[in-house]
Amino acid sequence: MTQQLATENKTTESELKAGSNLERILAAGQFAVTGEIGPPKNFDVEVIHRKVSLLKGYVDAANITDNQTGIVRMSSIGAGILIINQGLEPVIQLTCRDRNRLAMQSDILGAAAHGIKNVLCLSGDHQSFGNHPGAKNVHDLDSMQLMRMLQEMRDKNQFQCGEEIAGGGPPLFIGAAANPFADPVELRPLRLKKKAIAGANFVQTQIIYDMDRFKQYMKKSVDLGVTETVSVLAGVGPLKSAGMARYMRDNVPGMTVPDEIIERMEDAVQGISSEDKKARMAASRAEGIRICIEQIEQLKEVEGVAGIHIMAIEWEEAIKPIVTSAGLYPRPVCDS
Amino acid sequence: MIVADQKPIEDIKQMLRGKRKVLAVGCGTCVAVCFAGGKREVGLLCSALRMATDLAGEPVEIDETVVQRECEQEYIEHLGERLDEYDAILSLGCGVGVQSLADSFPNTRVLPALNTKFMGAPSGQGVWEERCQGCGNCLLEYTGGICPISRCPKQLMNGPCGGTDQGGRCEVDPEIPCAWYNIWARMDNLNIQDELMEIHPPKDWSTSRDGGMRRIVRKDLQKPELDEGDS
Repeated sequence: MTQQLATENKTTESELKAGSNLERILAAGQFAVTGEIGPPKNFDVEVIHRKVSLLKGYVDAANITDNQTGIVRMSSIGAGILIINQGLEPVIQLTCRDRNRLAMQSDILGAAAHGIKNVLCLSGDHQSFGNHPGAKNVHDLDSMQLMRMLQEMRDKNQFQCGEEIAGGGPPLFIGAAANPFADPVELRPLRLKKKAIAGANFVQTQIIYDMDRFKQYMKKSVDLGVTETVSVLAGVGPLKSAGMARYMRDNVPGMTVPDEIIERMEDAVQGISSEDKKARMAASRAEGIRICIEQIEQLKEVEGVAGIHIMAIEWEEAIKPIVTSAGLYPRPVCDS
Repeated sequence: MIVADQKPIEDIKQMLRGKRKVLAVGCGTCVAVCFAGGKREVGLLCSALRMATDLAGEPVEIDETVVQRECEQEYIEHLGERLDEYDAILSLGCGVGVQSLADSFPNTRVLPALNTKFMGAPSGQGVWEERCQGCGNCLLEYTGGICPISRCPKQLMNGPCGGTDQGGRCEVDPEIPCAWYNIWARMDNLNIQDELMEIHPPKDWSTSRDGGMRRIVRKDLQKPELDEGDS
């Protein structure tokens, strides 16, 4: 089994792995922008349509979450098909929590048949955080093994069992998630390298608020040669309020939110009457968007960062002003 | 050892409804060591049940005994001599013990008084932790002697996930140390951290529960079959 970084895993304009819009933009050396759409907890197509209308044209592709936080929602592949039909490219999230290797491979074949190319491989949030805490989790494979399996389906035309995929493997642009901030911090750049070895073509990181720590992480990752084979999209997320910033600092594992950011969010509502909730919310959200734009400007300068992944959770309206003000609109067109 | 703990007394009381006379059978091996089903626990539980069923106006007569090893037939077969007088056996053994009793005594109902939890070890005074899931294909060689199959809620073979909290606690339960944080720390200490870059391939789960009830046959330990005419 290959345990070294393989340069042939690097996507290039002349040798695309899947030919998705996201892949073509990264291969062309353009600064990529991805967003995120959480499918509804029902089968309401209108929710998907509304979110697509807020993202389309402002992102190169949109992640479709897969029962995130262990809560049952419309399937990522089902929602992904709807999104393709609306003219937006999906990045299908695929967790190891809910499927064994049979289901994963058959879902991938089904997704590929519908034109889905980008797949983000995740372990999945533990079911104890969701609305079915008594569910059995699967974890037949972990995310590394999932990436390797998809890579072998694509490049070797074979199923995980070694049997040939008659007619050829599915064209996939394989993604991974990375949390630069979780303990043990020393291990995180090595873990990113391991994901690149396992088959990741692109990586989206956890939301970054602590820019200094992220820069250290990227420095080590670049030194390890990781960014020579994998495109790193830095995660950003606009804060809605100081309360949200404190919540993320205190409750999201591995998330650090510097005091300076929390103070800026607190200062944004200074002088506005606590009675005027509407004005406080508007001021707070405007500051959240400003901070996000400043962070993107900084991230553009960090060596090895190939783009950004914007997680505006249940606040898709923020995407347009962020992308526009960060000088990332209009999005480049890279013809296939 | 196999670690178990007692079911809520209300649940046990419910199981005993309608029974006139019951034999409580403790076990002197694993469940005695983890203070769930040894002589002392049998005594305490039976006293409590006598009082509770009495108070409820449905008194159950309960006799007590403890066998050395409830999971082996030779240690339990003598119980058969006196079972006619009982409506049921209340086992304070692990799930294996309950089933051995059921296998040996087809005409007697066997009720479980314990919940069997895991294969584990004490990690402090009054604390036991899981250490093995019996996957049938031990990988401790690769993970610094710490098992991610039993100690990581996601059974990651190439961990840790992104949910390790500060100080190496698991996001699922801050009382649980992150298995992969400890694997990393131990391999770092042994100066074999390079091995962490190895990508472990998908596990063959057929040796685990997924392959059906497991069985070991040791021909070398079986009695040789006698040829006809030898006798």
